[in-house]
Amino acid sequence: MTGVEVSLRGLHRRYGSVVALDGLDLTLAPGELVALLGPSGCGKTTTLRLLAGLEDADGGQVTVAGADITHVPSNKRGMGMVFQAYSLFPHMTVRDNVAFGLKLRRAARAERDRRAMEMLELVGLTEQAGRYAHQLSGGQQQRVALARALAISPKVLLLDEPLSALDAKVRAQLRDEIRRIQLEVGTTTLFVTHDQEEALAIADRVGVMRDGRIEQLGTPTDIYSRPATSFVAEFVGLTNRLHGTVAAGSVNVRGCVLPLADPATPDGQATVLVRPEAVTVVPSGPLTGTVIAVTFLGASSRITVDLGDTTVLAQLPTSEATALPAGSAVALTIRPDPVLVA
Amino acid sequence: MAVTTPSEVGAQPVRAGRRPLLSSSRLAWTGTLPFLGYVGVFLLLPTGIVLWDAVHGSSGGFDFGAVSTLWSSSTRSYFVNSAELSAITSVLGAVLGAVLSYAVATGNPEGLIRRLYLAGSGVLAQFGGVTLAFAFLITIGPTSGLLLHAGWFYDFPQGIGLIYVYFQIPLMVLVFLPAMDGLKAQWREATETLGGSAWQFWRYVGGPLLAPAFLGAVLLLFANALSAFATIAAWENQISYVVPQQIGTALSSEVGLSSVNQADVLALGMIAVVAVVMTGYTLLQRRTTRWLR
Ligand SMILES: Nc1ncnc2c1ncn2[C@@H]1O[C@H](COP(=O)(O)OP(=O)(O)OP(=O)(O)O)[C@@H](O)[C@H]1O
Ligand SMILES: [Mg+2]
Repeated sequence: MTGVEVSLRGLHRRYGSVVALDGLDLTLAPGELVALLGPSGCGKTTTLRLLAGLEDADGGQVTVAGADITHVPSNKRGMGMVFQAYSLFPHMTVRDNVAFGLKLRRAARAERDRRAMEMLELVGLTEQAGRYAHQLSGGQQQRVALARALAISPKVLLLDEPLSALDAKVRAQLRDEIRRIQLEVGTTTLFVTHDQEEALAIADRVGVMRDGRIEQLGTPTDIYSRPATSFVAEFVGLTNRLHGTVAAGSVNVRGCVLPLADPATPDGQATVLVRPEAVTVVPSGPLTGTVIAVTFLGASSRITVDLGDTTVLAQLPTSEATALPAGSAVALTIRPDPVLVA
Repeated sequence: MAVTTPSEVGAQPVRAGRRPLLSSSRLAWTGTLPFLGYVGVFLLLPTGIVLWDAVHGSSGGFDFGAVSTLWSSSTRSYFVNSAELSAITSVLGAVLGAVLSYAVATGNPEGLIRRLYLAGSGVLAQFGGVTLAFAFLITIGPTSGLLLHAGWFYDFPQGIGLIYVYFQIPLMVLVFLPAMDGLKAQWREATETLGGSAWQFWRYVGGPLLAPAFLGAVLLLFANALSAFATIAAWENQISYVVPQQIGTALSSEVGLSSVNQADVLALGMIAVVAVVMTGYTLLQRRTTRWLR
């Protein structure tokens, strides 16, 4: 089965005086996995629930494969939903949980069981088919929830922070597995998370949300390397905030002249956002300071440098960082990538 | 199922280099002593006395003659009446109380209604005896009823049954609401997105999950009605319909020791029934806590 196009247009939703969604627009291409990323309360869950039909929109339109489903009840939408945690039916075995959607559709027992086992194979849990939810680990429970959602061959797969209740190692593993399975079945998928690393790792495109709207929608590379706004830049990845002076379309930060992402930035004093990767170690350079901390990240490392009046983060290959233990004097420069002003 | 051993419960952080005064498992047992003492004095001791007296005649020797009266037709009628009254009021109270719990559970969890219900149920479930019987008498009693003059007010079981339901419903709300709250929103929503109707949710998910809690609550209400005395004594003090009334009559009659012996035998029968009912309740409750935590 191949994916279908999903489109949300001008969605509005308020709870009392709280505006949860404020004219949200989002289109998912057939088979695409879009991750919704944003701070707590920005409306991610609300977006997902509106798409699932678990919540009604105050305004706007939802279409799936070109058909307007804005007023279709959720049990007629054919969407697969995976919740944050504890959504398996505790009185049913794993197999019966997965087969439940087909039971509701009055499929024959043999057909249900066949499909359930097929789905359990997909998530690697055939041996646990006869167990109950309380006999499974958190990660296994979420796999079963995924299998249950996929068993009905949903038009769209919806996941609301499905990994947030798991510990770090299982989280990364299951994340990759969800992606593998999603590519295999080809279902258009909306994945909600507040973990930027997760969003960047799993998605075809990431939608960064703020106050009930999409602030930027783009590939992980776009979002990370070419953030459209200072909000996105600061929310995604670590960012140095450095003082600078804007003049004639470029900005001078401690002697480094950097191009501006937005040439229309007015002249004067400004706070400039610089990624740690853009800060590099040089034999001698405009910025000098003392290393105060080294964080090992694997192939690369991050050093914290005290410049006297402020600190700056720099990311560099671990091989270089090992030569710079805490206390070393170091000279830095900033790579002239286009920068955003806060 | 996770089993907590006594040593885990009693384990206390101990400063390095010092031995604990009590080994941790001993400590755990010490903690339960007041409880065991309480159970011993107020439950086991009276039960033992009742049992002892029931099987000893007035002469002091063993005498099972009194116990055999449990099967006599007059004694049996008290138990049948008790069972009838308890069954009717527990089922009725459970059904109505479950509906009320549902209304409360689906309402605003911080709302005023819920707090009023819980506070009200807490009070009303304890409401009984003379006050309750009198309250009914003046509202629907045959002579002075303000709302209606119910001719059947003194009929058994409908008259007293109505009064019993009055405290059975709030007790049901108290014991059933936690189970209702344990039904997770995700289960309903998962059913919904999988294509299920509201009816299918109750048929396949909500109903089966709540069934043990419901049955357990019926048993608890049954035991509650079975052992109630003050209310029915205030409602009718001439005729004994149910076991507790007859125990009271036997104890206060002036015939002498044989009546005391009869009271013991009736009490023994009650204890046996309540023990069976409460064992069932405990087993069902165990299942409920696993599912609806
Ligand atoms: N049922 C509700 N009643 C009242 N307010 C609500 C309700 N659901 C959501 N809100 C409000 O709407 C806003 C958006 O909520 P939403 O759950 O969509 O945020 P979110 O992005 O998923 O946040 P989180 O990362 O914390 O899950 C929040 O301010 C929230 O308080
Ligand atoms: Mg959320």
